[in-house]
Amino acid sequence: MSQNEPFPPDFPVGRHDADLLRSVRPNGWRNPEPARRYNLVVIGAGPAGLVAARGAAAFGATVALIERNLVGGDCLNVGCVPSKALIRSSRLYADMRNAADFGVKPPDHVEVDFTLAMDRMRRLRARIGEADSVARLTEAGIDVFFGQAQFTGPDRIAVAGAELRFAKALIATGAHAKLPEIPGLMEAGYLSNETVFNLTRRPDRLLVIGGGPLGCEMAQTFCRMGTKVILAQDEPMFLPREERDAAQILSDSLARDGVEIHLNTSVVAVRMADGQRIADLVRDGDTITVTVDQVLAGIGRAPSLDGLNLAAAEVEADSEGVKVDDFMRTTNRRIYAAGDVCLDHKFTHTAEATARIALQNALFLGHKRLSTLVIPWCTYTDPEIAHVGLYPFDARKSGIPVRTFTIMMHDVDRAVADGMAEGFVKIHVRQNSDRILGATVVARHAGEMINGISLAIGSGMGLGALAGVIHAYPTQAAAIKMAGDAYERSRLTPLLQRLAARWLRLVR
Amino acid sequence: MSVPTASLSDEALLDRCQRTAFDYFLENVNNANGLVADTSRVGSPASIAVVGFALSCYPIGVERGWISRARAAELTLASLRFFRDSAQSKADDATGHRGFYYHFLDMKTGRRVWRCELSMVDTGLLIAGILVAASYFDGPDEGEVRDLTELLYRRVEWDWAQGGQSTLRQGWRPKSGFLNYNWEGYNEATVLYVLAMASPDHPTSAGSFAGWTATYQWENIYGCDVLYGGPLFMHQFSHAWIDFAGIRDAFMAEKRSDYFENSRRATLLHREYACRNPHGFKGYGADLWGLSANDGPGGFRVRVDGQRHGFFGYVARGAPFGPDDGTIAPWSYLAALPFAPEEALSALRHLFHHYPQVAPDLRMPSAFNPTLAGRRDNGPDGWISEGFYGLDQGLTVMMIENYRNGMIWKLMRSNRHIRTGLRRAGFSGGWLAQEGA
Repeated sequence: MSQNEPFPPDFPVGRHDADLLRSVRPNGWRNPEPARRYNLVVIGAGPAGLVAARGAAAFGATVALIERNLVGGDCLNVGCVPSKALIRSSRLYADMRNAADFGVKPPDHVEVDFTLAMDRMRRLRARIGEADSVARLTEAGIDVFFGQAQFTGPDRIAVAGAELRFAKALIATGAHAKLPEIPGLMEAGYLSNETVFNLTRRPDRLLVIGGGPLGCEMAQTFCRMGTKVILAQDEPMFLPREERDAAQILSDSLARDGVEIHLNTSVVAVRMADGQRIADLVRDGDTITVTVDQVLAGIGRAPSLDGLNLAAAEVEADSEGVKVDDFMRTTNRRIYAAGDVCLDHKFTHTAEATARIALQNALFLGHKRLSTLVIPWCTYTDPEIAHVGLYPFDARKSGIPVRTFTIMMHDVDRAVADGMAEGFVKIHVRQNSDRILGATVVARHAGEMINGISLAIGSGMGLGALAGVIHAYPTQAAAIKMAGDAYERSRLTPLLQRLAARWLRLVR
Repeated sequence: MSVPTASLSDEALLDRCQRTAFDYFLENVNNANGLVADTSRVGSPASIAVVGFALSCYPIGVERGWISRARAAELTLASLRFFRDSAQSKADDATGHRGFYYHFLDMKTGRRVWRCELSMVDTGLLIAGILVAASYFDGPDEGEVRDLTELLYRRVEWDWAQGGQSTLRQGWRPKSGFLNYNWEGYNEATVLYVLAMASPDHPTSAGSFAGWTATYQWENIYGCDVLYGGPLFMHQFSHAWIDFAGIRDAFMAEKRSDYFENSRRATLLHREYACRNPHGFKGYGADLWGLSANDGPGGFRVRVDGQRHGFFGYVARGAPFGPDDGTIAPWSYLAALPFAPEEALSALRHLFHHYPQVAPDLRMPSAFNPTLAGRRDNGPDGWISEGFYGLDQGLTVMMIENYRNGMIWKLMRSNRHIRTGLRRAGFSGGWLAQEGA
């Protein structure tokens, strides 16, 4: 979709999208009369902007919130929310096919109804969108403006013909799908996260370009919904930022689902012929040609900066985004930034966390720092891959000796009982201590499990102390305590064992 | 008719296993150029790594009386002369480039086949074998062996194979250049780095070994600390040539361990994994373990006893993260002898007793899969890989010898290139501290 259009031409689809629009972009909306001067003007009503606007309004600040597309941002409309709703449907289809693994008679025939799954996704998206509807934002005392924001000076910004003056501003315009530089792709037409959820018919054959989180999640989802999926990744493994074992398990899982995997492969050209898309894939100098109905490009995200006229506000930015310091402050001391527009880690929860930092520092003389955040993330494939903190490689590069405590999910009773024994919990500690440096969890519910480890890191709790936290039995998260137990056992040196044996002989 | 192993002593059993493995090379060598077939299957090309193993095994054959010294020198010279004279260029059908060689070569012409990659690690294994020949053939009339080995070693441009990065690339192709894979994470490449660092003319940069060890994972798995490498062969290949017991680099000093001890732990980890048998494969237990890089039953899925299993062809299998399809590499036991002799011998006896069809004449196939017993036209012992793989046979001959008397280790301890490489990689202590060892 063009960044200047509120939504793509094929949106809205059906009544649920109409409901969503009523919440996040009401028809006939009239921007309010601007206040004389705002405590805070927030540009972008995604997760970061919403947290900042609501937080400031709750403290009685005068707040303006500017949005050019849909309130809720990518997360609600074209990101986390719709993708997770579809993933849920696709998991159920996979479980139905594999019912015998769970001691259940499989249906005679599993027929995928793509429309039903998409309709459910749209219904849930509309429901979740109500929480941050324009009506509710207005009720919270926030002046909501729709239109393209454009700085006109270091303390003012124009939107839809009005000029808003501010004491402080927050740039939270997010990011958008990068334009792939593949010859012919633009002309042939392709899907991105911004358009894939508007599909009304399931593509029979889909080429997914990019083996990052979006590419892997959607490849598996469409495959499980009956699409013949080809996944091309130009690196030797999927999720190149993650640990090798995690990426390997994911690769095995995708292959098991039936995804045709092409690692180390570049898509070099796409063209249309007879209503089909034909793509050339190159690996180590060898070219193969595939024919598909649709191409989904998941090759990363770029900050949304166009039209803001940052120069007028003396805010520096480059292709990586708005430049901020550790306090989320831009080169203009009145203006802060938060979320995808300025961060390497483009996640909803990081956007919200940085918005809180910006809010406190901007309005309440705070000194909160970005560098102190403990940021987990998760790729919602099956199994999920979640991570928090340092990777061993990064720690070793910094000269920190690392020891990893690994618990296999096949040793976790609940995971075995649930038929979800694939994966592991790895907790990395500084050698000769129990200080947790980071962790990776690969499990069907890794995203839920990682939170316990984030809590431990954030509160300074060591792995030994984690062993002392009673976990409900049987749960999959007990794997985290088991890693703590493994640490405790590793402290039982031969000397301690000898001393204990001597003591027990004495008290016999 | 199977060999009656039960009545054989351990020493006699190992001797028979070693001899039949050794014979692979005599049966599959091209006398004219010294190239050895990758597998015993009809039409198999030569593998340069298998030639490296062959060159390492000939001296063992001489010492055991299975081949004359003159015949061993003749076979060795045939391959050394072939490599010296082979086409080194960027051409598609050359034998090598910049001192490296293509992974697979035509048995007769010695030219590249299958559009395979110029392989760094397979060249490393070939060169390791070449250095064994250099150390063994020390007679006054064996000077040509020593001259050729030095020439072949010195012309390998290891520094080029870094491709501007700290770690070594895995391969190169004439049209597309370096593969997008580096030697990272602990694996069989230790000997490759040692050889690369010791090169008098083309050594890798000083930080290459540290660049590699920075990618290591030191993990406490099943209650035991181990430098992780999934398939067992990763813990065996470099050890066939170098005795890592008692010598330590910076990483192992930090962990208060050494690579030999690590291979012992990795062996026991595989055994423990088989005892836990998370996927419920048939036969797994304290005496049936060993996931490695080997042949497999192929790509299909079968439900066995209510459990759905997917099977693979030739792939590197590993524990505990997989992949695992119930396929066992039986030669792993012979290759693990130096590290965990009791467990390995017990598994070996178990194999011969319970799975007599797997290796009736004691030569180990690449793999077998007991989960497929009685299915898809397989016999009572399950799927058994056809023919034999040269890598497995070479590793078997060398590791049995190292277990019996440490012959290859002793030879390589005195090799100046190996000593230099180890020192440059930061190893010290143990036998390396002794002059000339």
